[in-house]
Amino acid sequence: MSDTQAQTVAYVRDTMVDAQTPPITEVGVIKWLRENLFSSPLNAILTIASLYLVYWVIAHVGPWMINGIWVADSLTECREIRNATLGADVPAACFAVITERWPQLMFGFYPSDAYWRPVVALLVFFVGIAPVLFDKLPRSLLIGTLLTPFVMYLLLWGGSIWGPFAVGLGFVAGYFTFRFLNPINSLMGTIGAIIVPILFWFFLTGPIASTLTATAPIGLPFIESKDFGGFTLSVVIGIAAIILSLPLGILLALGRQSDLPIIKYSAVVFIEVIRGVPLIVWLFTASLLLNYFLPPGTNFDLMLRVIIMVTLFSAAYIAEVIRGGLAALPKGQYEAADALGLDYWKSMQLIILPQALKISIPGIVNTFIGLFKDTTLVVFIGLLDPVGLTNAIRASTDWNGIYWELFLFIGIMFFIFCYSMGRYSLYLEKKLQREHR
Amino acid sequence: MKNTVFFGALTVAGLAAGMASAATLDDVKARGSLNCGVTTGVPGFAAPDANGVWEGFDVAVCRAVAAAIFGDSTAVQFVPTTGQTRFTALASGEVDMLARNTTWTFSRDVDLKFEFTGVNYYDGQGFMVPRDLGVSSASELDGATVCIQTGTTTELNLADYFRVNNISYEPVPIETNAEAQQQYLAGACDVYTTDASALAATRATFEAPGDHIILPEIISKEPLGPLVRHGDNEWADIVRWTLNALIAAEELGITSANIEGLASAPTDNPEVNRLLGTEGELGAMLGLEANWAMNAIMAGGNYGEVFESNIGESTPIGLARGLNAQWTNGGLIYTPPFR
Amino acid sequence: MSTLTDPPKASFRLSQLIYDTRYRSYTIQIVALILIVAAFAWLINNTIENLESLGKDFDFGFLGSAAGYDINQMLIPYDNQMSHGRAALVGILNTLLVAVLGCLAATLIGVIAGVLRLSKNWVVNKLMAVYVEGFRNVPLLLWIILIFAIMTESMPQPREFRGDDATQAMLLDDSVAITNRGIWIPRIGFSNSLSGNEAVAAMDGATPVATGAIDWLVLFGTLAISIVAISFVRKRADRIQQATGVRPVTWYQQLALLVVPFGLVAFFLGLTIVKPFLQGFNFTEGTHLRNSLIALWLALSLYTGAFIAEIVRAGILAISKGQTEAAFALGLQPNRTMNLIILPQAMRVIIPPLISQYLNLTKNSSLAIAVGYMDVRATLGGITINQTGRELEGMLLLGGFYLALSLLISAGMNFYNRSTQLQER
Repeated sequence: MSDTQAQTVAYVRDTMVDAQTPPITEVGVIKWLRENLFSSPLNAILTIASLYLVYWVIAHVGPWMINGIWVADSLTECREIRNATLGADVPAACFAVITERWPQLMFGFYPSDAYWRPVVALLVFFVGIAPVLFDKLPRSLLIGTLLTPFVMYLLLWGGSIWGPFAVGLGFVAGYFTFRFLNPINSLMGTIGAIIVPILFWFFLTGPIASTLTATAPIGLPFIESKDFGGFTLSVVIGIAAIILSLPLGILLALGRQSDLPIIKYSAVVFIEVIRGVPLIVWLFTASLLLNYFLPPGTNFDLMLRVIIMVTLFSAAYIAEVIRGGLAALPKGQYEAADALGLDYWKSMQLIILPQALKISIPGIVNTFIGLFKDTTLVVFIGLLDPVGLTNAIRASTDWNGIYWELFLFIGIMFFIFCYSMGRYSLYLEKKLQREHR
Repeated sequence: MKNTVFFGALTVAGLAAGMASAATLDDVKARGSLNCGVTTGVPGFAAPDANGVWEGFDVAVCRAVAAAIFGDSTAVQFVPTTGQTRFTALASGEVDMLARNTTWTFSRDVDLKFEFTGVNYYDGQGFMVPRDLGVSSASELDGATVCIQTGTTTELNLADYFRVNNISYEPVPIETNAEAQQQYLAGACDVYTTDASALAATRATFEAPGDHIILPEIISKEPLGPLVRHGDNEWADIVRWTLNALIAAEELGITSANIEGLASAPTDNPEVNRLLGTEGELGAMLGLEANWAMNAIMAGGNYGEVFESNIGESTPIGLARGLNAQWTNGGLIYTPPFR
Repeated sequence: MSTLTDPPKASFRLSQLIYDTRYRSYTIQIVALILIVAAFAWLINNTIENLESLGKDFDFGFLGSAAGYDINQMLIPYDNQMSHGRAALVGILNTLLVAVLGCLAATLIGVIAGVLRLSKNWVVNKLMAVYVEGFRNVPLLLWIILIFAIMTESMPQPREFRGDDATQAMLLDDSVAITNRGIWIPRIGFSNSLSGNEAVAAMDGATPVATGAIDWLVLFGTLAISIVAISFVRKRADRIQQATGVRPVTWYQQLALLVVPFGLVAFFLGLTIVKPFLQGFNFTEGTHLRNSLIALWLALSLYTGAFIAEIVRAGILAISKGQTEAAFALGLQPNRTMNLIILPQAMRVIIPPLISQYLNLTKNSSLAIAVGYMDVRATLGGITINQTGRELEGMLLLGGFYLALSLLISAGMNFYNRSTQLQER
């Protein structure tokens, strides 16, 4: 069409007009402002209100933080320094409390010459968990992951190296029982893998550990649970509970999906009872009641009781996350496993769980974030976590009356931990979505 | 494989679990340290310093008991307890003794089944108000908002006092002393009520202590002292007589400065000799070394020295001896004889 | 494998219990049952032995004895001579109050923040992101403590309202006082109370008022009847619209049904607004919203609101744009599109996680301990246990209460899920 028209048109422009600069409202900062901040009256009001809010917060908190005093021995000294340098009415934070109590907030009452141990334990944890989190790493590293809890226990509590070693031997014994019995009958294999280690721990662990300790006393100085405090305490409770609750959570999730009514309903009752009651009530139970339920004379230390309770608590939540993972698997996977003639345990081991666990990881990480935040509740049963330490620190005559600095610091620390874990779980979710497309 | 991890954890826990038997002293000796329940923090009475070393008036009692048993005042593990968890911690054997400004009451002694081994501080519940409130007596507090610490006898005393005097009040229950102090200073309550000693200790750390007054009314008797479980009289004796030894030492003029000299050879005061183990067998009767009392006194000094160095007038807390002076000086601190 | 052989006809052999899949499930279940019963028997036996050795018994009689302590916020009459059971009930009501208020506010905050997070406005978007991430990643306990402290420190004391040189003044025509002990707002009283309580004047010159639960019941009953009547009017309008295609104008009928009966009842009851005023140390009269309640409420709703914001955002993003376009193509107006097409679908995605957030909020209300709000954990699970030494009984009751509450909310959620579930093939 345009071909024919070209001949009939009298005038055709043969030079292009110079490109005009776009109107000033359509470029650069102004365009961005117009489109993003002031696109409608409502938006403009929202923008101005938000900016005012930000200004208000900065105006009130900014000077206080910038004037912060970082070196002093007591609150009184802080006030003197402030009066001398800034004047009496100028707001000034006294961050000196954080510099002075830094080791205590981090490690609690852990002996100062052993501060390296929790740090190394945390590093070991990250190295150990790396093969689980990043599937580009070789699978053979997973064996290292299985060793991590023992190494961490040894680093944190210390004592003879042979204690964890003998306990670990129980797992090895269980593993070989399983390898030996599983080809014969997988139910027998599973039962054997549970019973043999228990027998091993009951009858052999003690003698083995004490003999080895007597012959080759290698180990680290023992550190009591009472010396744990500050962020070390929060992290240890959080990590211990999540590691221990994972296997229990898997069992509960499988139990809840089971066709056997008694198994199913016990799992349901356990999960619902645990989830229906607030953690703080469970912690009080750990502190006030657990001793009633154990044989007379048994006496755990409080931290261990808390770890047990928090483990049970998070197991119920993890079970729900994994149940979600199990439910999200296409039904075809279950049917295909059945069609191959795999029995229940084999199909779970080889087909279902590996897939279900993989899609559950973001949920598990989110559960961990929640759990880690909830460790602050141990303050109410007298454990000195960071929040508990604020009370203890404020009870010393040096720092009596200090307030915001400590809570601000603790809040920021928690934010850094949780935010980075949250980002990681988001990254995993996105990755899983891409893979499933 | 994984499903066995949990049982492993239980076994590890089982290894760490100890058995508490009837004889607390044997347990303590076997463990090599004393487990002593303290507060999570009350200025002057118990608080950890920057190195994590606990110090304070209540802490000194724990240290003296540890020194009496082991000859080492550091052989003690401090277990912070809250008002809620303290009694269970003691009843369950988690701690061997509580030294946690706990009031000796009938129901705690009889119904909750504890054994109070003496009184290390005679206290009473008082009120602190800002000076510019213009209040000079507790009877003028009708309608006031009162900050109280929960989990103590304080809230019961307060309810009784206001009911008897037929005046109304608004209670603001607070979990810890530090929080209550913050609420009071911000004016969220008109009155802060707790043991008079804690009031004085708290006021001493204010920016302007002179702006606050402690009202003359003391509305309750609060004899504070260490306590142990019912049923182990030998252990109760050790705690009781360690405290008595500190008190007796002050009465007899034994201080941490002169104790070495007094203990090296028998003096002409037989009670001093019996106390310090140069005469008689008091230590053996308790199941301890002969120099148990000497060790206890060396840990932090006699009762008066402990008082002076933790909460006395030379410290920021600045408490006067008052009722807690020796009976010879008109106070209530009195020990049965060492005989 | 050897499927073609005859099924074993021989008599039952013991080994079949393990190897025969027909019987194996029974074996496993019976073993499990025995283990569970044994574990419970063990725990109960331990408990009995321990109670014996401590010389304690298991007895709920303490609930009947006098509590001896005071509670500042009570929704039902209580004084320190009443029983521990009554104190527990006061606490339960306080828990429910903060939970209900919290759920309402959290929903409001969450929906607003969720929608604003999708806003194209850069500043608003980022501010909401800071809010959501900040609250989600810092422990709730810290937020409760911080908000409580901010309120205590930044608001004026009641005495600053006093005298001629007062530095603070009450708001809204002397009816609202914001102090660091809480907020006093006017309350509603009835000068012709049906309860028979004598009307009392709060101060000289004020209208004498009395309060009674009956008056409130009558008032709300009237309101409920009005709402039922309004729904009838609307249904009738719907029928006419279906039949004739023209919707009759009914808004004035609806308004009249709402306002007139309520107004008449209020008039006959002598409904009076009672303003708070300063007397002695504090304000009196009016309703006192205590700082502990406000701080807990605010912290719970801001914290849960951050989670709800994410749920709402996900819910809105989950509805494909095609749904809106299809609705427009059918000629539906924007608000009808929202009501009839988008919301019902988004709700199906939003409601289940929303209710589990309500569940979390209710359980988190037990953190009231941090601000001294007298909820059921503070009364029954706190002071009562501490004064009576009945930790076993007290904790059982406390756990039972929270469990019952959670199950009730879960049951509601399941009911809703079932009624809105897509009917899948």
